[in-house]
Amino acid sequence: MGAAVALWPFIDQMNPAADTLALSSTEADLSPVAPGQQIVVKWRGKPVFIVNRTKHMIEEARAVPVDSLRDPQSDEERVKPGHENWLIMVGVCTHLGCVPIGPHEGSYDGWFCPCHGSHYDTAGRIRKGPAPKNLAVPDYEFTAPDRVRIG
Amino acid sequence: MSTGSFQPKNRAVRWFEERLPILSLLHGTLVAYPAPRNLNYWWNFGSLAGIALVLQILTGVVLAMHYIPATGLAFDSVERIMRDVNYGWLLRYLHANGASMFFLVVYVHIFRGLYYGSYKAPREVLWMLGLVILLLMMATAFMGYVLPWGQMSFWAATVITNLFSAIPVFGDEIVRWLWGGFSVDQPTLQRFFSLHYLLPFLIVGVVILHIWALHIPGSNNPLGIDVKGPQDQVPFHPYYTAKDAFGLGIFLIVLGVLVFYMPDALGHPDNYIPANPMVTPPHIVPEWYFLPFYAILRAFTFDIGPIPAKLLGVIAMFGSILLLFFLPWLDRSPVRSATFRPVYKKTFWLLVAASIGLGWVGANPPDRVLVDFGPDVDAIADQVAAAYAANHDGAAPAGDVESLAGLREIAVAAGMSERDFETLVAEEHVTFDMVHLGQLLTLYYFFHFLILLPFIIPRVERPRPLPESIAAAVLKTKAAPAAAAAQ
Ligand code: HEM
Ligand code: FES
Repeated sequence: MGAAVALWPFIDQMNPAADTLALSSTEADLSPVAPGQQIVVKWRGKPVFIVNRTKHMIEEARAVPVDSLRDPQSDEERVKPGHENWLIMVGVCTHLGCVPIGPHEGSYDGWFCPCHGSHYDTAGRIRKGPAPKNLAVPDYEFTAPDRVRIG
Repeated sequence: MSTGSFQPKNRAVRWFEERLPILSLLHGTLVAYPAPRNLNYWWNFGSLAGIALVLQILTGVVLAMHYIPATGLAFDSVERIMRDVNYGWLLRYLHANGASMFFLVVYVHIFRGLYYGSYKAPREVLWMLGLVILLLMMATAFMGYVLPWGQMSFWAATVITNLFSAIPVFGDEIVRWLWGGFSVDQPTLQRFFSLHYLLPFLIVGVVILHIWALHIPGSNNPLGIDVKGPQDQVPFHPYYTAKDAFGLGIFLIVLGVLVFYMPDALGHPDNYIPANPMVTPPHIVPEWYFLPFYAILRAFTFDIGPIPAKLLGVIAMFGSILLLFFLPWLDRSPVRSATFRPVYKKTFWLLVAASIGLGWVGANPPDRVLVDFGPDVDAIADQVAAAYAANHDGAAPAGDVESLAGLREIAVAAGMSERDFETLVAEEHVTFDMVHLGQLLTLYYFFHFLILLPFIIPRVERPRPLPESIAAAVLKTKAAPAAAAAQ
């Protein structure tokens, strides 16, 4: 018991330090992002994709039956009401962490991860390849119609 | 073991020896150590590994005098070592290529042990200590490769640390703990540097245990039979010091060719691009010495029951080494050397081929096609049927769905253009690609250790008779050509 308690500081020191934890939000300006395009902002050292989806991309995502998906999630669950065109997600492949390329890549018009071949659709959901989960949606909120704060 | 033969004549040496008998220990290890008289060149690789380790530590310690473990400075500090530090280029190329040579030598050393049954009683602990060294070396080399903070460094660190996210429940916590943040970043680089400096010295410690464990039973030999007496042995010095020195010459020539003529041949050019957390290079591959393991990782593209593919790949990759710890108990044949084991000998060479094959698979993109069996009629039929059903209120198409000609008619009836159909036929092929080959070779690797060795070989193999003693066998092979010449 005592030994385990004495060991803990040596283990816990490797967890994120207080200042690392404090670096936790990023703001982005959406006005320059044309429909069909994405910008990439850095949040906690990771890329976040901010995508202005076209109507066609949204329709493609909504046409898919949810229960046919590996990580079942509807398109509506992945965006904010009233901002359905804005898809905001962490651009880190849920397989082993590479940055997928896209949009309009892979077999589903979305993102393709070159590392081991995962395909994501226009809602960032995993459709084919080794990745187990959809691209993660971070916490974010619209601070103005064309400004968003991530984290 | 006879360490007693050390009798210093010099009085000062004797004085010191009585207080700390380290000189007699070294003498017993490197000079008087009685070794089997029939060791061949495959027995060079142990001492070469030791020399490679010393070379890594010497070059590493001086590189650390110039290297800066900070994300904004690491890449530039390595470039400064290459351009401005006196002989920095030489030291870094020695260190980078020395790591490759170290792995080459250790892999040969391990396969030597597999061929001659050196893992069997009474050398099980010796074998397991060797595997501990291998694991420590892998961790060390991986962390060293991260230090230059190029694109390959960064993405190797990201992908390898993410392997731990496959662990159920605690995976993500563990990965964050390894990173010290939310991605591979400054804390990760700094701890990797600290550990990259530390682990080689742990390796030195385990190497000392490894040699200690060697000197209890003594070296195995190509015949795999026990030493029966002094007639089977020669002292390490001068016999094997000379033989090892010859091997060292070859080792240094190869290292020299790498360092002076092709210093970046084994590296990846993308590692000369500074790390960019926002962009992954299109084709990431590990260093050559990790390729077979990478191929095993990628071989698992399917889930088995509740275990997802990602976790299976990680388990298989670590399992491929961990299973070697059980090898002394998986292979129960009392005969050590493959020379006398006709079936094992064949499966051993298949294992070597599978391991090299896995390395080749690991170096290639997973979807590279090796054999194309032509259009996949079933897959095309599915797509055509789906298109037809969409246009005909869910009706199933009537007609010949077994041939391409029949499918073409249905496709046209479904409103598909000829061109779309041709694209479909061109895309949907039955193929044998790199992943399939990797799966086949991975299967053989595990089959060899888990099925062939414990269950099949003992039933089908009849070992050839063993020679009476090392001396008898050696003198017979020496005598035979002489006798033939005399006739
Ligand atoms: C088991 C022994 C060792 C192995 C296998 C090993 C392996 C490696 C590898 C593969 C690299 C990357 C080389 C490159 O691509 O540039 C590296 C870099 C480095 N290593 Fe080691 N190393 C070992 C021991 C050491 C030791 C004892 C030190 C002492 C501090 C050290 C210090 C460094 C430094 C400062 C770098 C960064 C500079 C560079 O990239 O060349 N290494 N190591
Ligand atoms: S990291 Fe994206 S497929 Fe492996």
